[in-house]
Amino acid sequence: MSGRLILAPMERKQAHLNIHVQGWLLALPAVVLLATFTHVPAVATIIDSFFSTPHGRRAAVFVGLDQYHAMLADPIFWLALKNNLLYALTTVPLAIGLALAMALWVNGRIAGRAALRLAFFTPTILPMVAAANIWLFFYTPDYGLLNQIGHLFGFASINWLGSSATALPALMAVTIWKESGFFMVFFLAALQQVPPVLYEAVRMENASRWLAFRRITWPLIMPTTLFVAVNALINAFRVVDQVIAMTGGGPDNATTLLLFYIYQVAFSFWDTAYAAALSTVLLSVLALIALAQFFVLDRKIHYR
Amino acid sequence: MSGRLIKFISTLTVWLFAAIWALPLLYGIWTAFHPSAFATNFDPLAPLTLKNFARAWTAAPFARYFLNTVLLVLGIMAAQFLICTLAAFGLARWKFFGAELLFALILVQLMVTPDVLILENYRTLQKLDLIDTLTGVGLPYVASAFGIFLLRQTFKSIPKELDDAARVEGANTLQTIWRVYLPLARPVYVAYGLVSVSYHWNNFLWPLIVTNSVETRPLTVGLQVFASVDQGIDWSVICAAALMTSAPLMIAFLLFQRAFIQSFLRAGIR
Repeated sequence: MSGRLILAPMERKQAHLNIHVQGWLLALPAVVLLATFTHVPAVATIIDSFFSTPHGRRAAVFVGLDQYHAMLADPIFWLALKNNLLYALTTVPLAIGLALAMALWVNGRIAGRAALRLAFFTPTILPMVAAANIWLFFYTPDYGLLNQIGHLFGFASINWLGSSATALPALMAVTIWKESGFFMVFFLAALQQVPPVLYEAVRMENASRWLAFRRITWPLIMPTTLFVAVNALINAFRVVDQVIAMTGGGPDNATTLLLFYIYQVAFSFWDTAYAAALSTVLLSVLALIALAQFFVLDRKIHYR
Repeated sequence: MSGRLIKFISTLTVWLFAAIWALPLLYGIWTAFHPSAFATNFDPLAPLTLKNFARAWTAAPFARYFLNTVLLVLGIMAAQFLICTLAAFGLARWKFFGAELLFALILVQLMVTPDVLILENYRTLQKLDLIDTLTGVGLPYVASAFGIFLLRQTFKSIPKELDDAARVEGANTLQTIWRVYLPLARPVYVAYGLVSVSYHWNNFLWPLIVTNSVETRPLTVGLQVFASVDQGIDWSVICAAALMTSAPLMIAFLLFQRAFIQSFLRAGIR
C-alpha cells in the first residue's frame, strides 16, 4: 500500500492509464486467438448458413432461408436431432444416477473402497477411441464377450451395432460407462462437504436412511447435481468420437448424431453451406443450455 | 442379524457392479496379452504373450504417433500456461476498461468449444497454411477459457499486498507474475496441466480433420486409422494397440491417483 500513497497525483493518473493499456496488452494474445477460433467462426458460421455452397467457379450467393428449408425437408437431419435428444435424455439421467450411487457406495464404509473407486473411475482416463475399439470387440456378433455371456443364458446371438434397434443404445452404454466415474468424483466431493452433525440428528430421530438421503443429502448436493447435469447435457450434444470409431453413423443413420452429421456433411459431402446451417442449429442448442444455466440455475445455486 | 445380511447383500451388489464396470477393460487386457486363439476362449492356463504389442508396433508407425502426441500435448500445455497466465493476471488484478465484457466474451468458449466450429476453423487453418501441422491441431485450444477462468480465480485469492511488496522492490508486472504469482499458484498449474494433457492426449475429432499424414497424426487418429483399415480384423492386435495408446496416461493415473482426481475436481468447470 505504502508504495502507492507516495505517488504524486499526476503519476497516479498515469499509472491508471497504464493499467488499461497493460490489461489489454496482457490479454492480447488470448483475445486474438479466441476471436480467431471462437467468436469470428461462430458468427461466420451463422452468416454462411444464409448462402449457397460455392461450387468451382460459382461463388456463394445469398439464398436467405433456403438451407433451413432444405433442413426441414431433410429426414436425416430430423433423425440426427431425434437420436441426439434421445441420447441426451437417456445418458444424462442414467449417468448422473449411477454416478451418485457410486459415490454413495464408495463414500461409505465398504470393503475394498480403493479398488471400487478405481474400477469406476478408470474408464474416464481412457481415450474414447481406444475404449471404443475395445467395446467394438465386446459387442462383436457371435464370439464377442457380450454374446458369449448371452449364450450361457441361452440367448441367440445379437448383432448389437449392426441393427438399428440396438446400435444407438449400445453407443449410449459406452457413454454412460465412460462418464459415470467422472461425475462420481464430483458427487464424492459434495458428499464429503455435508456436515456429519446433520446425519447424527437424523439418527437420533431414528429416521430411515432413505429419509436421511432425501431430507439432507439430496438438497445439499443439489448444486453439484445441477452442475453435473449441465456438463453432461453439453457433452451429449458433442458426442462424436464413438460414432466415428464404432458405427460411422449406421446402420441406416440409426446412430447419426448432430455433430457427426455436421462432420459428414462438411468433410465427406463438402456441402459447406448446409453444414453451416446445421452448425447453427447445434450452436443454438448450446446457447439454449447456456441461457438456461445462466438465468435459471445460477440464480438458485452458487457453485462458482 | 438381518441388518448384517442387508449389508452383505449391498456390498455384494456393489462389487458385482464394479466387476461389470471393469469388464470391458479387463477383456481388452486379456485379449491383448494372449495369442489370438485365446481371444474368445477363457482358459486360465492360456499362455501369456507380448507378441500382439510387437505386431501392432511394427504394423503401424506408432513410435511416430507417440512422438506427435507428446509434442502436441506438451506444446499446447506450455502455450496455454503462457497465454492464459498473462490474460488471467490482468483480469484478476486490474479493473481495466472493458475487463468485464472481455471476461464474459472469453467464457463463451466454455460452451462453444472449437470442436463445434470444425468447418470454419478448418478454413481458417487453410488460410494460415497450417493444415496437416501440429501447430494447426493445437492452435484453437491454446487460448483456453477454462484456463483463464481457473487462473483468474486463483490469482484473485492471492493477497494484493504481495505484489505491492514486489513492486516496491522494483519488480515490473512480468517479474511480479513470475516471482510471486507462479510459485503461489503452483498446485493449480499442476491440476490444469494434468487436465490439459489428458484432454489433448484423448482428443480425436479435430486432429482427425486437420491431419492427414504420419508425420502429424496423434495417437488417437493413428489408432483409428490402424483399426479401421480392413486387414482381416485381428482383435488381439487392435486391443494391444488400444491399450498401448492409453498406457502412458493409465500408468500415470495409477501412480498419481489422488493428484488426478483432485485435478479433475478443480477442473470441474470446463
